[in-house]
Amino acid sequence: MATQLETKGWTRDQMAARAAKELRDGYYVNLGIGIPTLVANNIPEGMTVTLQSENGMLGIGPFPYDDEVDPDLINAGKQTVSELPQTSYFDSAASFAMIRGGHIDLAVLGAMEISQSGDIANWMIPGKMIKGMGGAMDLVAGVKKIIVVMEHTSKNGDPKFIPHCTLPLTGKNVIDMIITDLAVFQRPDHESPFELIELAPGITRDEVRAKTTARYVE
Amino acid sequence: MQKIYPNAEAALEGLLFDGMLIAAGGFGLCGIPERLIDAIVAHGAKDLTIASNNAGIDNEGLGKLLRTRQVKKMISSYVGENKEFERQYLAGELEVEFNPQGTLAERMRAGGAGIPGFYTKTGVGTLVAEGKEVQVFDGEEYVLERGIRADLSIIKGWKADESGNLMFRKTSRNFNAPAATCGKVCVAEVEEIVPVGSLDPDCIHLPSIYVKRLILGAPYDKKIEFRTVRQREAA
Repeated sequence: MATQLETKGWTRDQMAARAAKELRDGYYVNLGIGIPTLVANNIPEGMTVTLQSENGMLGIGPFPYDDEVDPDLINAGKQTVSELPQTSYFDSAASFAMIRGGHIDLAVLGAMEISQSGDIANWMIPGKMIKGMGGAMDLVAGVKKIIVVMEHTSKNGDPKFIPHCTLPLTGKNVIDMIITDLAVFQRPDHESPFELIELAPGITRDEVRAKTTARYVE
Repeated sequence: MQKIYPNAEAALEGLLFDGMLIAAGGFGLCGIPERLIDAIVAHGAKDLTIASNNAGIDNEGLGKLLRTRQVKKMISSYVGENKEFERQYLAGELEVEFNPQGTLAERMRAGGAGIPGFYTKTGVGTLVAEGKEVQVFDGEEYVLERGIRADLSIIKGWKADESGNLMFRKTSRNFNAPAATCGKVCVAEVEEIVPVGSLDPDCIHLPSIYVKRLILGAPYDKKIEFRTVRQREAA
């Protein structure tokens, strides 16, 4: 049996569950690939949240049953999905008009680096094979609220919430909230600094401070 | 005016030339004009620039045109899942212009709508905006992006009537609709061609004016990149 002592920080699922607390009834939401996708499993009972897929779908259903798989029905991660009674389809230009036009309430995505002024880098590492930014630049530029869910440090233990991004940017001054395995940071507007608003279980302010080089308010 | 051609080779006759710009529909392998891609491979036109969200995967979709080295440049938003692409790109044999996905879709839409350029917030302050005009509107910065006018559009639809009115199915609509509008000529392949009057005029996704040539591409063996399923709960 797990003891209290073993609980330290949030798992990927718990980070997704924390992000899901930001959902509100009636929200239209775009979820990125990876941990953000797990947010879909944590939509509170009784709350209506409509998921948008940038390849042209509003109202993403769960993965299909084996005998209902349809090659014409995929999400932006190119995974097969199903439709819901309220689903609608549209083309890519209309999809990004929706995104760029500020009609989507919330986007949750991953990141390699976030700067203290809300810049995000998540699409390329110079010298490595570049796969492309996909829809990430459009999402961070156009969606009303942007939440980043990421590990607090890189695999080498380097801070990812830093003074200035070292990697090429996906968007400048666009992030509203950062959820890591250690803590949650938020800012009320794009002129204010981020504030540490929550610690994961077993995590201290000192530990967060030691693993963060970005300036933030405690 | 006969728009229906017997096959993809016939439909592309006189339209292909070296160094041309082709706009292609599809997202991943969903809704890709595979018969038309095969016919371009068979024709051998080279030094192509292709505007397409993705570049296919190895030996599927536009991946076939990469394997035959017919592509000089890709204008795309995401090109993962393609080893041959990666090899040619890293070897400097293939030029790539990365566009944000929404910017690419809007470049096609705008080009087709007679709009040579548009301002967007997407990419401001990033590599994408380098060398482009930035303009402030209502206190916010926007970058000028150009509309795309292609020599040829190749798209995949679901059903068309004999006049070229066309419907797409589910998420296979994606880039097919904007791509169709931005080419000097659009050639469409579909799964079914029905007599004029069989489709509800209120449910046409792409009006016939955009479809200059049409082929029946069926039967299709549609490929899936990531087959994800859930299990039925035991009764």
